[in-house]
Amino acid sequence: MYDRPTRRELLATIRAFLEGEVMPALEGRRAFHARVAANALGIVERELEHAESQERLALERLGELLDRRGSFEELELELCRRIREGEIGLDSPGLVEHLRATTLAKLAVDQPRYASYRRALEEWPGASGRGVSAEDPGEASE
Amino acid sequence: MADPAALEAGLGRALEACLAGFRGLRDLRRLSGGASAETWAFEAECDEGPLPLVLRGRLGGTEAGGASLPIEVEAALVALAQQSGVPAPRVHCVLDASHGIGVGYVMQRMPGETLARRILREERFAAARPRMAAQCGAILARLHRVPCEDLAGLPSLGAAEQIAHNRRVYDELAQPHPVFELAFRFLEECRPDAVEAALVHGDFRNGNLLVEESGVTGVLDWELAHRGDPMEDLGWLCVPPWRFGEIDRAVGGFGEREDLYRAYEAAGGRSVEPERVRFWEVFGALKWGVICVGMYGIWKSGLDDSVERAAIGRRASEAEVDLLRLLAP
Repeated sequence: MYDRPTRRELLATIRAFLEGEVMPALEGRRAFHARVAANALGIVERELEHAESQERLALERLGELLDRRGSFEELELELCRRIREGEIGLDSPGLVEHLRATTLAKLAVDQPRYASYRRALEEWPGASGRGVSAEDPGEASE
Repeated sequence: MADPAALEAGLGRALEACLAGFRGLRDLRRLSGGASAETWAFEAECDEGPLPLVLRGRLGGTEAGGASLPIEVEAALVALAQQSGVPAPRVHCVLDASHGIGVGYVMQRMPGETLARRILREERFAAARPRMAAQCGAILARLHRVPCEDLAGLPSLGAAEQIAHNRRVYDELAQPHPVFELAFRFLEECRPDAVEAALVHGDFRNGNLLVEESGVTGVLDWELAHRGDPMEDLGWLCVPPWRFGEIDRAVGGFGEREDLYRAYEAAGGRSVEPERVRFWEVFGALKWGVICVGMYGIWKSGLDDSVERAAIGRRASEAEVDLLRLLAP
C-alpha cells in the first residue's frame, strides 16, 4: 500500500546520511552519538531482514523444549521460571542448543562484529540455525 | 551541571586555603558527568609552576548515585590508597559545604591513556602491553592490602550480597533472559566460601587504568570500591567485554591469566584459586548484562533520553554469548 521508498530504503539512506555527512561534521560527544544512532539504524535494518524467520524458529524450539504452546513472550517467561526453580538446567536435553541458537540469532542483529559472537559461530557449528547470515557485519560497533 | 563561573570562584577560594603557593586557576573544563559525580580538569598556577588537577564531586545539585560511594568517602579512600603505595592520584584538597560549590575533592591529574582501544592497538603501547598483566597483579596485591578497616562509609559486599542485589535489579527490570537465569543458578550453586574481607576496587579494568609507554601507571574510578573478596577484582579484569575484541588475551585484552596470577602472588597477594576467579568472572559477565538492560530501563524511565542509553540495551546479547561460552563451552 505504501509508496516507494520502502522502509528498508529509507533506513539505508538515513544511515548513509548520518555516516557520510553528519558524523564528519560533528565532534566529540555529538559525533559519538551520531555513530551510535547510525549503528542503531543498522540493528533495525538487520532485524527487518531476520526477525520473522528467526522468531518462528525460536518459538518452535521453545514449544518443543517446554512441551507446551503459547506466545514467544509466554514461553520465554516459562523457561525463565523453570531454570530459576531448577526444573531445567545445563544438563537438560535441548536447553543449551536452544539458548545458543537464540543468542546467535540476537547477535546477528544486535552486534554481528562482537568478537565472542564471531568465535561462537565457529565453536558451535550448526547452532546458528537457518536464515541467519554470518556474513553481514553491518556497521556495528563493538 | 554546576555553573562554571561560580565553580571557578569557589574552587579558587578552596585552593587558596589548601594548595601551597596557589596564585590562580585557568582552563577549567568539564570532562564528564556521570549520574553520581561531575569531573572537571583545570590548571592551578602555583609559585613553582602550573599544576594539572582534576576536580571531582557532586556539584550543582547532582545526586548521589545508587551504588557509588559518597564523594567524601571516595576522597578519603583515594588518598589512603595513594599513601599506601597504590598508583592513584594524590588528593590535594577536599571541598565541603563551606566552600559553597558542593562536595568534592581536587586531585592530581596523572598523565597516561585510558581509552582501551588505543591501549590495545596503538604502536606506542606495543612494549607496554605484554607487561601489563603482571603490573596489574602487583598493583592489585598492594591495593588488596590497603588498611581500610577504619574507613567509615565503605560498604561490605561479599558474593551473596552482590548476587542478591543483581537478582533484585534484574527482577525489577522485568525483562526475561533465560541465559541470565542460568548464570544466577550457577552463581548460587558455586558460590565460594566467604573469605577475610579486603579492600576491593570494584571497577579495576581496561578503561579505568592509566597507561603510558612503560605500562600501567595509575588506577582511576574508585567510586565502586567496597570491602569484599579480593578475587572479585581479578575476575572483573578478565570479563570478556573488557577485552575490547582481543578475546584471546583474557586479562583486559592485553595479557595472560598466568602472568596476572603469578605476579599477584609474588607481590604478596593471597594464593589465587582459579575457580574462585572464574566464579567472579561469570558474576562480572552477568553484572555487565544486567547493567545493559538497566541502561535501557533508565532511558525508558525518561531520566536520560540519549540514543546511547537506549541502544546499550541491545548489548545484553553480548553478555549472553559471553555467559554461554563460560557456562556451556
